[in-house]
Amino acid sequence: MNQEPNHPMVQFKGVVKRFDKLVAVEKMDLDIARGSFVTLLGPSGCGKTTLLRMVAGLEQPTEGDIFIKGRRINDVPIHKRNLGMIFQNYALFPHKTIFDNVAFGLKYRKVAKSEVKARVEGALELVRLPGYGNRKPAQLSGGQQQRVALARAIVIQPDVLLMDEPLSALDENLREEMRREIDNLQQMLGVTTLFVTHDQREALSMSDKIVVMKDGRKQQEGSPEEVYNESANHFVADFLGHSNFLNGTVIGAEGDATRVRLENGGELLAASSQQWFPGDKVEAVVRAQKFQILSDLEVPASRDMNSFPGRIIERSYMGGEVSYFVEQRDKTVIHAMSMVRTRPFRRGEDVVLVVAARHCRLLPKT
Amino acid sequence: MFRISGWSLIRLYTLLVYIFMFAPIVAVVILSFNPQQFGSFPMQGFSFQWYLKLVQNEAILSAFKNSLLLGSLTAVTVTAVAIPAAMAFVRYDFPGKNTLNTLLLTPIMIPEVVLGVALLLFIRWLQQPKSFLLLLMGHVVITLPYVLLVVQARLVGIKRVYEEAAMSLGANPLQTFKEITLPLLTPAVLAGMLFSFTISFDDVTATLFWATAQNQTVPVKIFGMLRNSISPEINALGTVMIVLTISTPLIAGYLIRKFARGGTIN
Ligand SMILES: Nc1ncnc2c1ncn2[C@@H]1O[C@H](COP(=O)(O)OP(=O)(O)OP(=O)(O)O)[C@@H](O)[C@H]1O
Ligand SMILES: [Mg+2]
Repeated sequence: MNQEPNHPMVQFKGVVKRFDKLVAVEKMDLDIARGSFVTLLGPSGCGKTTLLRMVAGLEQPTEGDIFIKGRRINDVPIHKRNLGMIFQNYALFPHKTIFDNVAFGLKYRKVAKSEVKARVEGALELVRLPGYGNRKPAQLSGGQQQRVALARAIVIQPDVLLMDEPLSALDENLREEMRREIDNLQQMLGVTTLFVTHDQREALSMSDKIVVMKDGRKQQEGSPEEVYNESANHFVADFLGHSNFLNGTVIGAEGDATRVRLENGGELLAASSQQWFPGDKVEAVVRAQKFQILSDLEVPASRDMNSFPGRIIERSYMGGEVSYFVEQRDKTVIHAMSMVRTRPFRRGEDVVLVVAARHCRLLPKT
Repeated sequence: MFRISGWSLIRLYTLLVYIFMFAPIVAVVILSFNPQQFGSFPMQGFSFQWYLKLVQNEAILSAFKNSLLLGSLTAVTVTAVAIPAAMAFVRYDFPGKNTLNTLLLTPIMIPEVVLGVALLLFIRWLQQPKSFLLLLMGHVVITLPYVLLVVQARLVGIKRVYEEAAMSLGANPLQTFKEITLPLLTPAVLAGMLFSFTISFDDVTATLFWATAQNQTVPVKIFGMLRNSISPEINALGTVMIVLTISTPLIAGYLIRKFARGGTIN
């Protein structure tokens, strides 16, 4: 096929989707680079599925254009788009054997019989199900069915692989395994992938790029590190991981950091990539994992460390980590998580939470 | 003392209901083997003579042929109409959808006498004679609601994702229907054909209005014979009808289960 490498594989330009009055997707501009793994992440009802279905051709954009390899495809019917789709509930054809399921797409691609056999068997081998060709879908476990669905989608060498929460019907252990499998397969084949999930762990571990959505709007777009460490707004910081939000007012710059007076009277020093002015209302974001928990007898922090004394009011053990809720003197509660130490702190114990300035970020308070 | 409990009364009552329902049928079957002209119990011997008479009766044989032909044609025609209609109602949206759907289902609720007269009037208005085609049309109208309901119910159960998956793999809408929807619909289609065949084969009321001397069906023929005399031949004919209407669904059910093995939905 004639390659035009300057075009992204998929491109949304001002795409809007309305269902009657309800706006499912709002003014979406997005590029999906060739060979990349892009994840749409967001809470239920934010329009992820709708966006994916518009790429597939199962929904029509109300406004805007969608391009695949630089070609506008708004009016191209689904069966002419050359896409691989993976559904939440596998959607294997129940009346066809596994072989016929995987071979289905090849039927419409003028592939010689002998080649069909070779390609189907190759695909089944790729998903580690060789020799399953004669079975019916009902005879396979959920994980196996999803792997067949994967084989069925990749055997046609699609331009884009579209996956709508493909792991959510699987149980916890299997999900982890399938996640790695999809990840490996995607890297091996280099197929451009658009993945939908509301599970941040899936998104963070698999993606080259994450698009965080809310109410049909793109909130942030970037690498997993970017969206996690440099969340663009309150929503993204809150949705990814466990964040604490501390409201305050900027006092002034201090080297390349900014000092903030918090609402509860304390002070906080935060790294800042952008310039703030005294009096700016801000919101400091601190991830629960970034705190260090010290007993109040231990040495207090240096000048560029922020410390928050308080008492543990709640503690939950979560395997490798312990989650603490620490109440400060003004009754505000900070959530901190730390690796299990030799002696975990107890409920009711007085502690000091310490966090370095570089782990505190400032967002404008809206 | 012997005590009558509530449960034994209910059992007795149930038994009586069954006897009331089935005794006449059983009597017909038994009497069909009675050698005497006028049936009375206890029977004097056992014979197949009425069945023999039956196979020699040209009029009855031709009625049988009519019934079979009519039933089969009804079954085929009605499914050919019901499948696209069900697809339209379940898979697509168009103005007036609900009204049209209700309209197609109304023959269930309209008394057959009314239907019978209505179709006759319609034919008169078109200035056409009564014919086999009219009979077929009538039976299609009568059986369509049942078939439509069965096919629609099944179609609702076939999840859209199967069709979406097929199309995403390159099948156009027609190929998708042929490869995915229709095969998954097959049990309902067969059940529908069966339904319509049996209903058509059994129908008396409306058919009385539509049948002509040339194209009488078996039930209409029986009805006519009853007006002259109660010949034991009718018992034999009744027995044949009973066997046919019971065995057709049983055989079809067996075949469906045989073909549908492994083809579960969901
Ligand atoms: N066919 C439709 N008709 C009307 N409204 C729809 C339709 N499909 C989706 N919506 C609405 O559009 C919005 C976005 O739906 P969408 O399915 O894209 O969300 P989602 O992000 O995939 O959510 P989830 O995580 O629950 O799958 C929702 O408010 C939904 O109710
Ligand atoms: Mg969804």
